[in-house]
Amino acid sequence: MKKLLITLMLASHFLLSANVALAGEAKPLAEDPVLEARLKAMSHELRCLVCQNQTLADSDAPLAEDLRKEIRAQMREGKSDQEVVDYLVARYGDFVRYRPPVNNSTALLWFGPFLLLILGGFVLYRALKRQAGGESFETED
Amino acid sequence: MSKKLKFLLPLFLFLVAVGFLAKGLFLNPHEVPSPLVGKPAPVFTAPLLGEAGKSFHSDEMKGQVWLLNVWASWCVACREEHPLLMEMAKTKKIITYGLDYKDTDAEAQQMLAAMGNPYDKVITDIDGKIGIDYGVYGVPETYLIDKLGVIRYKHTGPLTPEILLAKIVPLLNELQQ
Repeated sequence: MKKLLITLMLASHFLLSANVALAGEAKPLAEDPVLEARLKAMSHELRCLVCQNQTLADSDAPLAEDLRKEIRAQMREGKSDQEVVDYLVARYGDFVRYRPPVNNSTALLWFGPFLLLILGGFVLYRALKRQAGGESFETED
Repeated sequence: MSKKLKFLLPLFLFLVAVGFLAKGLFLNPHEVPSPLVGKPAPVFTAPLLGEAGKSFHSDEMKGQVWLLNVWASWCVACREEHPLLMEMAKTKKIITYGLDYKDTDAEAQQMLAAMGNPYDKVITDIDGKIGIDYGVYGVPETYLIDKLGVIRYKHTGPLTPEILLAKIVPLLNELQQ
């Protein structure tokens, strides 16, 4: 029984490794795992401009593949993550970033929710105060 | 605050929100404003289609207003705008260079032979590197570049007579003076 189990495990191991060898996409990982990890982390933060709702990491579009190649090449040249992102933003605009930067045109996007929260808090405070003072909505007017 | 106003205010806010959403619904998400408009066009050197051994340097175009039309033989929308490019070429008023994006020379020449060649010259970008520098993300794309080599306008997608007459021709006339 034990022998059979080992045989099965071995067989499945070989089958699995055969599958890995067949899937060509996994190959670049072996070349430079540190660089690939950086690319992977960064490309999850970047938008594929062809499919728009996919990240650069997820997209199979030819342009996404080209951009990953370009990012890889620039990282090999020793460029920092920030430099590579700046390179892409200079060409495709802030739209390539999933995290919009804080600037004049995005200020409302970043701070609008807090403004609404403060406004809502103020309205709630006033309503509660009014009720505490014995005045209710029913008796108003 | 009167009772009537209190009732109407949410309705009013709701209508404002509907207005914004309706506007958003009809925006084309593929029209991403290019950060390159108003910036110097990326400089490059590349081989010319059908002129073996000759290469093109983008500085050659200094002093002229010109269109750079990114196209490819595999691109269906490029065939859509092709007749318009042919019409434009007939007027001989607009210098149009093609950038053959990620294409093979043979297929590009085959398409131009079959449909006509509207370009003054065709620059080849086999690996798409120039395309990345220009922020190309969907062919066809058209750039209007002024005498100083600054990108003044970019259109993504097939050119239409409306875009040409409303945007490109007025800008071209203004820049050529």
